[in-house]
Amino acid sequence: MVNILDTKLGRDLWRIKGQSLAIGAVIAVGVLMLVMMQGLVVTLQETKAAYYERYRLADVFATAVRAPDRTLDRLAQIPGVAAVEGRIIGSALISLPGIDLPIQAQAVSLADTGPPVLNDIYLTDGRRPDPTHKDEIVLLQGFAQAHDLRPGGMISATMNGARRSFRIVGLAQSPEFLYNTPPGELMPDASRFAVIWMSRAALAAAFDQKGAFNQALLSLTRDARISEVLNEVDRVLDPFGGLGAYGLEDQLSNRLVSQEISQLRVTSSVVPPIFLGVAAFLLYIVISRMVQAEREEIGLMMAFGYSAHEVGLHYLKFTLAIAVGGAIVGCLGGVLSGRALASYYQNYFKFPFIAFQIDPGTFVTGVLVSILAASAGGALVLRRVFLLTPAVAMRPPAPPDFSKSIKFGPRMKAFLDQPSRMVLRNLMRNPGRVAGGIIGISAGMGLSVASLTVLDAFNIAIDQAFGVIDRSDALVSFETPVSDRTVYELQSVTGVIEVEPFRSVPAILRHGLRSYRGSIEGLIEEPRLNRAVAKDMSTIRLRDDGLILGVGLAETLQISVGETLTVNIREGRRPVLQLPVVGIAETLMGSPAYLELGALNRALREPGRISGAYLRIDSASSSDVYREIKDMPAVAGVSLKADARRSLKRIMDEGAGAQRFIMLMVTAVITFGIVYNSARIAFAERARDLASLRVIGLTRGEVGFILLAELGIVTFAAIPLGAGLGYYLSNLMSAGFSTDLYRIPASFSPSSYGVAALAIIGAAGVSGWLVKMDIDRLDLVSVLKTRE
Amino acid sequence: MNPPNPNPLPAFRTMDLTKTYGSGTAQVRALQGVDIEVPAGELNVLLGPSGSGKSTLLNILGGLDRATEGTAFFEDQNLTEMTDRELTQYRRRNVGFVFQFYNLMPSLTALENVELVTEIADDPMEAHEALRLVGLAERVTHFPSQMSGGEQQRVAIARAVAKRPRVLFCDEPTGALDSTTGRAVLKVLQDVNQELGATVFIVTHAAATAAMADRVIHFADGRIRDVVINRTKVSAEEVEW
Repeated sequence: MVNILDTKLGRDLWRIKGQSLAIGAVIAVGVLMLVMMQGLVVTLQETKAAYYERYRLADVFATAVRAPDRTLDRLAQIPGVAAVEGRIIGSALISLPGIDLPIQAQAVSLADTGPPVLNDIYLTDGRRPDPTHKDEIVLLQGFAQAHDLRPGGMISATMNGARRSFRIVGLAQSPEFLYNTPPGELMPDASRFAVIWMSRAALAAAFDQKGAFNQALLSLTRDARISEVLNEVDRVLDPFGGLGAYGLEDQLSNRLVSQEISQLRVTSSVVPPIFLGVAAFLLYIVISRMVQAEREEIGLMMAFGYSAHEVGLHYLKFTLAIAVGGAIVGCLGGVLSGRALASYYQNYFKFPFIAFQIDPGTFVTGVLVSILAASAGGALVLRRVFLLTPAVAMRPPAPPDFSKSIKFGPRMKAFLDQPSRMVLRNLMRNPGRVAGGIIGISAGMGLSVASLTVLDAFNIAIDQAFGVIDRSDALVSFETPVSDRTVYELQSVTGVIEVEPFRSVPAILRHGLRSYRGSIEGLIEEPRLNRAVAKDMSTIRLRDDGLILGVGLAETLQISVGETLTVNIREGRRPVLQLPVVGIAETLMGSPAYLELGALNRALREPGRISGAYLRIDSASSSDVYREIKDMPAVAGVSLKADARRSLKRIMDEGAGAQRFIMLMVTAVITFGIVYNSARIAFAERARDLASLRVIGLTRGEVGFILLAELGIVTFAAIPLGAGLGYYLSNLMSAGFSTDLYRIPASFSPSSYGVAALAIIGAAGVSGWLVKMDIDRLDLVSVLKTRE
Repeated sequence: MNPPNPNPLPAFRTMDLTKTYGSGTAQVRALQGVDIEVPAGELNVLLGPSGSGKSTLLNILGGLDRATEGTAFFEDQNLTEMTDRELTQYRRRNVGFVFQFYNLMPSLTALENVELVTEIADDPMEAHEALRLVGLAERVTHFPSQMSGGEQQRVAIARAVAKRPRVLFCDEPTGALDSTTGRAVLKVLQDVNQELGATVFIVTHAAATAAMADRVIHFADGRIRDVVINRTKVSAEEVEW
């Protein structure tokens, strides 16, 4: 049976349907953000895990120079190892018609007897290579699409110095290559990096690995201790030129994907709470206003003999209907928009499948927060009403008490006319609401300052990394270290202005319990192209008696100048060095450790060897330069700074960029929501006062001033606070977005503050304008006739 | 047709003044062709049951509402042709209002509520003087929340008269007050009429108030039923309640 109060409830909700919808919408958007973002984090994590599992991605990767197949048995016997796969990998250069530079590719063997035990591929098109046809390959789908290559087509590639033609028989994706970075670069570029899968027999022939493998893949049992397994694998593969085993967490593609997901997690833990907080605040003020307006009806119900409990329950239902309704819509919207975004991310991460899923706890959180916020607003006002006798409650409320408000002496009167005094006294009478408004708007501004600053910082980072720290135009890398006489050969190429050799060797850096798998960069003593730089961007002179670490690496290893680092070099005779840290370099890309080139070669006992060179090229003859260099022997690849910069910029704009865009949108919505709602409520509460003023003869402008000056003061008070908050948030976000692959410098960009402040003022201006239209439409007679 | 009397002009003159609210079956005809002429300086009491049109007439003459048809003149100004801006100026220069629920600004003291008007008027009286006129000289620094209903209504009257209005409109000014306070408020209105020479309109349900009027206008069903000139008007203190 529906009781009469419930009938009233239904009618009341219908009567204020516009307002109910507005409040419900705020809740819905807050819950939507929460559900969508947290859902995305869970979804990406789960999808990644499912993809890895379905295609049996290895837990441990170990590369060696050449290990005989029987070694696999010894690896399989290591405690904790569940499965072992030996395969052959090698580098290849693909020449495509119409493209100057050969494209770097990784060749990977596929087992000749059915699908591989580990690291299987997901065939999107065609079939696997037939072991009896050595020219058949499967190509990475992203690369094939970028160059419009299809099964049935032919490509020409150079492997181990020999150029051959291959027939594409299939296209594939692989959990191992979600993020396709050209070697020596940090950012993925589908068009400039390829993976070629071919039969084991064919690849063994190309790389002289018959009866052997050069990469072992291991999966582990649940209880395996990975560090012990890694040590064991290293011990087994050591005699065969093992470069050091590493776990999945250090695998580049996985690391980048994981970092993207954790950046999303950072955003999802910052944005929805702020948004829900603001929604809760709005809800509180709107609902308390609505209950206040029902004051006389509450008095009437109490006069009829309804208990405070029954009346309270009635209004609780009233607010719950709105809050729960909004939360449910938010949950549904969150799922829908999460699904839409998930398919964007599926394409971005190249997952073969994605299933949007949500931790049910997220729904519970969203609904509970909405209910709490909504009931808090109603409860506080109801409590005040219940303190009144029904007779008093039924009468219109006494004028709000301003007797404790400031008195203005004759001197102040000269400065402040009556409207200004009303503005000031009103502000002081509602300190809680004013503070809420200021905090809300400044939170909005803080978010937008931080988003814009980080956006700027990304660009600064890219400009500095490619324009200031590294001033070269191209990077030539060799398959194996070559004699430093190659420098002269490179210099003799017409169009090459400057050549700067380097040696890069993989190494594990250890300091106490912390370790980092990276490399040692041997540079000339005073590099001019790729440099180690101090904070002021001046070149740091390299030393032969100690390392200069990138600031991010020094933080990772928790080491400072003067302390000693253990360097486990994973190339050549693989020495273990104890090197002091002699300087810290400002770096934005990668986590380099620099040593003077000669000293590095001495430590390796390989004098005069280089792994590659940085080039400065006359841009007029760059095509000729590339053509000449790509035909030089042992060249593994040439990468152009401009290409690398472009792909980095694109990634920044797509991945983190998309998130920053979302943050900006959220900021705008928050600011507008707070400013507009505050203004609307102030208008609703004081419509009578304002109408009275109009009746007395104040013009629309004068009446508008009284209401809008309050809004203006709140807005302008929020701006400095928002700037401070923005500064704090931008440092927090820079740190959150920084990884060991790139660093976002904590920076101060005045324009971000200006733009954010303008956005706030703009949102306030639009809100003010909308409310001013309401003031202009004010029906003087009807407002004065109704009591409240 | 009588030629219009050139000197003095009546304060108000309406011809076929009509006001309808809503449309279709929900249409309400609040005024159905009102023709009236009110001389300047008189105290007029408007009587009639609820919905008879007295407040509607007051609102139109006060520049708060617009007529649907017909014309209304204040002296030589046609109120029915004024723009919103002109109506605002009309209210600002010539009109004072007193309402049943006082409509004071809660955030301003008694004195400041009056100054709200004196700051924008052309030739106002001193705010203190206006409050003295209503007998509230002692309470100038009090906020509305610190005053009784009668005191608040007297502040509202002080606010209305401080600009030395040509016309004072009072819609149920004593409706929320007890008899003693009500009489005191009526006395103030009578004083304002006599001392400032303002034309005063009082809309009321209390028929006894008619005793203090120069002219009593009876309303029924959106029309003026009759107008009675009161030749034996009494002081506000003698009004029976």
